[in-house]
Amino acid sequence: MRRLSSTITVHAILAAYTLLALFPIILVIMNSFKAKRAIFGEPLVPPTPTTFSLVGYDRVFGDSLVGSYYLNSILVTGGTIFFTLLFGAMAAWALTEYKFRWNTLLALFLSIGIMVPIRLGSVAIVQLVSGLNLINTLTALILVYVAQNLPLAVFILSEFIAQIPKDLREAARCDGLSEHRIFFSIVLPLIRPAMATVAVFTMIPVWNDLWFPLLLAPTGGKQTITLGIQQFLGQYITDWNAVLAALSTAIVPVLLLYVIFSRQLIRGLTSGAVK
Amino acid sequence: MSHGRYVRLLVFFLGPAIAIYTLFSVYPLAATIINSLYLKASDGSQAFVGFDNFRRLLTDTVWSDPFWNALKNNVVFFLIHMLVQNPIGLVLAALLSLPKLALRSTYRTLIFMPTMLSVVIIGFIWQLILSPLWGIAKMFLQTVGLGFLFAPWLGEESSALITVSLISVWQFVGIPMILIYTALLAIPDELVDAATVDGLNQFQTFIWVKLPLIWPTIGLVSVLTFVNNFNAFDLIYAMKGALAGPNFSTDIMGTFFYRTFFGNQLQLGDLSMGATVATMMFLIILAGLMVYLLVIQRRIQRYSF
Repeated sequence: MRRLSSTITVHAILAAYTLLALFPIILVIMNSFKAKRAIFGEPLVPPTPTTFSLVGYDRVFGDSLVGSYYLNSILVTGGTIFFTLLFGAMAAWALTEYKFRWNTLLALFLSIGIMVPIRLGSVAIVQLVSGLNLINTLTALILVYVAQNLPLAVFILSEFIAQIPKDLREAARCDGLSEHRIFFSIVLPLIRPAMATVAVFTMIPVWNDLWFPLLLAPTGGKQTITLGIQQFLGQYITDWNAVLAALSTAIVPVLLLYVIFSRQLIRGLTSGAVK
Repeated sequence: MSHGRYVRLLVFFLGPAIAIYTLFSVYPLAATIINSLYLKASDGSQAFVGFDNFRRLLTDTVWSDPFWNALKNNVVFFLIHMLVQNPIGLVLAALLSLPKLALRSTYRTLIFMPTMLSVVIIGFIWQLILSPLWGIAKMFLQTVGLGFLFAPWLGEESSALITVSLISVWQFVGIPMILIYTALLAIPDELVDAATVDGLNQFQTFIWVKLPLIWPTIGLVSVLTFVNNFNAFDLIYAMKGALAGPNFSTDIMGTFFYRTFFGNQLQLGDLSMGATVATMMFLIILAGLMVYLLVIQRRIQRYSF
């Protein structure tokens, strides 16, 4: 009997907190499908056939730029993941496989980037990017994000590469495979699960970042969706239909990705933070 | 393998990563610190001024007033996270790690959800909910008979910082929860079983057996909170703009840095002082990391299973 009541208490607390976590999100998505009068009149009631309206979404997607903001975000996030994984895995392989004099020093050098937020270098990053004529380009964002995510990627991937049996590499060497072949056709396929973890782990903060898009690509149609939505919201602040629809438009893709990848993501978070 | 080939191999594998990382992460950080020692004149010339920028930042009231205000607010912001976010995260993790809990992963996934969303989105959502215009918050308070408590919290100087901090807590509670939860799962069953045999109930087992074992994780969560809080920017910027109103009451180091570097309606951007503020943030974060590495991590006993 005591067991049962304590189980109920535990579920009550967890369910209450879950509700607190979800309520604001559900509220916004729900109301984005309603006419203005219903948004204010009955905010807690789901849309009914009489109150259903897509006027907010018409406004959001009528803004021809929203589509290109999405594309920008996809390109930036995709590019960041690709280069972080490729260069990160290559560096991780070299650091674990080849013993050379600067090995430990390089690992230490990389760990600065894990502990110190890259944002603190923003003054010089802006100078550098404008010196390279890359202001308002997606390339600038990708370069900065790759630099930001590389250190952690190298550490996580090193751990996995170190677990690959030595015999496998030695056997490949005996067969006369070049070091490049060994890495690209034997090692890389073996660490795919670790790469998936790093990818998911990199994806969300890059997609959500406001700071660097604001500094490096604030205008000229090169805004990411996070910055684009921020600017859109500032512009339409009094149009509640448009605001709610814009918020929902930004929420839904992230939530879908999250639900698909939540297992890898949480694994990545924990393995990353223990380092 | 010949020496030359070996070097070429290392350059091939390490080159791209080291180049991008050095150019876009380490160099900017170093250049920012160096910039803080120079004064850039309006004609573009630079003069070495030593620590004079820091003296101005800390003592010249034009700079020191906003600086100390931002630092004080940032400390409050951090303390609220430590006192609200991390304890809630701990309790949720403790409940989630209870044996034979149904729906465990559902709860975990859903509670972690807000952490995934952009701070911009979260900021706006809460702005709408707390807005007197929509009246959702007011309606809730009225249902429980506390309607008189409602105020435009985000708009009042006395409550804006606390409100913004709590919104950030709401969003990021998932991080301490997941980290502590993983640490709790790593505790071997034998230890918990032994405690049960000794007659400890679940609460006592948590306090006397599990909690001492997860201190290293709690230390890690604290230092992560510190670094993230003193580097925060997005939420304040999204909700209150670069001026961090009302009357700078929500100004923290990140927004102060942004204003100083880029300028705003009230002042022109100042590269040297921007670099100085960033270097100050670097020193603060470094101090936090040092406290963690030298004091906390050394004191905590580590158990390996």
